[in-house]
Amino acid sequence: MAATQVIRSEWTKIRSVASTVWTLSLAVMVTIALGMLISALSRNEFDNMSRDDRLSFDPTFISFAGMSLGQLAMIVFGVLVVSNEYSTGMIRTSLAAVPQRGTFLFSKIAVATGLALAVGLATSFVTFFLGQAMLGSHRASIGDTGVLRAVIGGGLYMTLIAVFSMGVATMLRSPMLSLGILMPFFFLISNILGNVSATKKIGRYLPDQAGSKIMQVVTPIDDDTPYGPWGGFAIMALWALAALAGGYLLLKKRDA
Amino acid sequence: MIELSGLTKRYGEKVAVNNLTCAVRPGIVTGFLGPNGAGKSTTMRMMLGLDRPTAGDVRIDGQHYDRLKDPLRYIGALLDAKAMHGGRSAFNHLLCLAQSNGIPKRRVHEVLDTVGLTSVAKKKAKGFSLGMGQRLGIAGALLGDPRILMFDEPVNGLDPEGIHWIRNLMKSLAAQGRTVFVSSHLMSEMALTADHLIVIGQGRLLADTSMADFIAQNSRSYVRIRTPQRERLLDVLHGAGVLVVESGSGVLEVDGDKSEHIGELAAQHQIVLHELSPQRASLEEAFMQLTAESVEYHAHTDTPPGPLEQFERPGPQPGPQWGDDWTRS
Repeated sequence: MAATQVIRSEWTKIRSVASTVWTLSLAVMVTIALGMLISALSRNEFDNMSRDDRLSFDPTFISFAGMSLGQLAMIVFGVLVVSNEYSTGMIRTSLAAVPQRGTFLFSKIAVATGLALAVGLATSFVTFFLGQAMLGSHRASIGDTGVLRAVIGGGLYMTLIAVFSMGVATMLRSPMLSLGILMPFFFLISNILGNVSATKKIGRYLPDQAGSKIMQVVTPIDDDTPYGPWGGFAIMALWALAALAGGYLLLKKRDA
Repeated sequence: MIELSGLTKRYGEKVAVNNLTCAVRPGIVTGFLGPNGAGKSTTMRMMLGLDRPTAGDVRIDGQHYDRLKDPLRYIGALLDAKAMHGGRSAFNHLLCLAQSNGIPKRRVHEVLDTVGLTSVAKKKAKGFSLGMGQRLGIAGALLGDPRILMFDEPVNGLDPEGIHWIRNLMKSLAAQGRTVFVSSHLMSEMALTADHLIVIGQGRLLADTSMADFIAQNSRSYVRIRTPQRERLLDVLHGAGVLVVESGSGVLEVDGDKSEHIGELAAQHQIVLHELSPQRASLEEAFMQLTAESVEYHAHTDTPPGPLEQFERPGPQPGPQWGDDWTRS
């Protein structure tokens, strides 16, 4: 079975369902709109900030503030791409057509990842430029040190969030179960673990906290994070790889 | 040619398919018959490599399913009419299947035409009636122009027009020299379409025979007689050594195909007959008898026989429990 055939087939699948369009457009809109809003608010707040806060003011990172909410739509995209197969029963038709389960899964993941990357990068660049426009005189320039890396990193971050969700959904199969675990995990648990000092050291190894480091240009003053932007990104990539590996092993072993 | 050897599937304690060995031969319609829950769908899923056998093996033209290059060109299967994404149009559903097996796009139009769905090709599948969904599933099975076709309960829930259509389709596919393997829990349906029968009950092979042999062996033939001179006829038949059974309202029945013999005896003794007709017990009855035996056999091995226990199975039993099936359909 040629993988190119399966990739073409998966592309047809992903472009022919409504959920792809609405989850991705939601991710784009929420990330950009919220990013602009928070950027605008930050400009007005700047004069009231403490000296430390002004020193560590990171206009690039602030323009990505919308990702905390936009990533949730990316999670839904990743989950639905995989779990749609299970919730509709399509999986049996799909695996009868492509019995090589590795080829099936990784073609699907490749197509969805490619799409998420394209949308993620576009979103990241638009968010950055619109956010900087809102920040007025406090803006960063794309030519400043580390800014281009952070902007590309924003796109990669959104992509990996989707990939991680695909891996989890492959393991759990049910869309409700997958979303029920991923949503609170990224929206609540990760934030709580990362902000309570006792659990901070563990929290920063969670995928979103480690991964978001790549969007930082100015390091906060009292920051003792033991990894840099790419180190954090690598940690997130490992999470995504682990989820995919778990999904693949279960898919291979399980009855469809 | 599909060969099953020692095929077994266990879900925990429950044996769904038990050491099934048989072959599905090309060029004929093979009926796969068994009561609900006999293991037909599980067997078919194992044939398609969807479920992994606990033991044993399925080979298609000597190969495992997952070794087939572009399997839709070998086997087309309709397992479940609902096994598709309802939000996708009929055309796109078929297109993604075709692309995965390198089947040209024009085949999508052809099969849509064959099953009569061209006019709704752009419509989402979730708006389809059961019959239309079934047609779309069949279009998917025909997509690769395969030599082997497999249908799991294709007439389930269809209206008479749909049933008629599927019946004719299966016959015409077999007439083209293809292998057609179709499961059903209705003997009457099989009698109309199948040339060969594989019967299972509780996952066990009960019969693997041609339809003609099955009919000859399993359907009781008898002669039905009505006469105003009942006592005299009984005496005469008794004298000739023919066993007679009274089946109520004055009707007599004689086992076997003896209508000529009885007619001649009656004529010799000048007995008036109002009816003398050779009868066959329905195949449905024969099938139920065959599968009932398998159920009974299992009840005896699991638990001491008792009329209530067949329904209630109290206490911790190794046998299947109520609700066991819920996790799979």
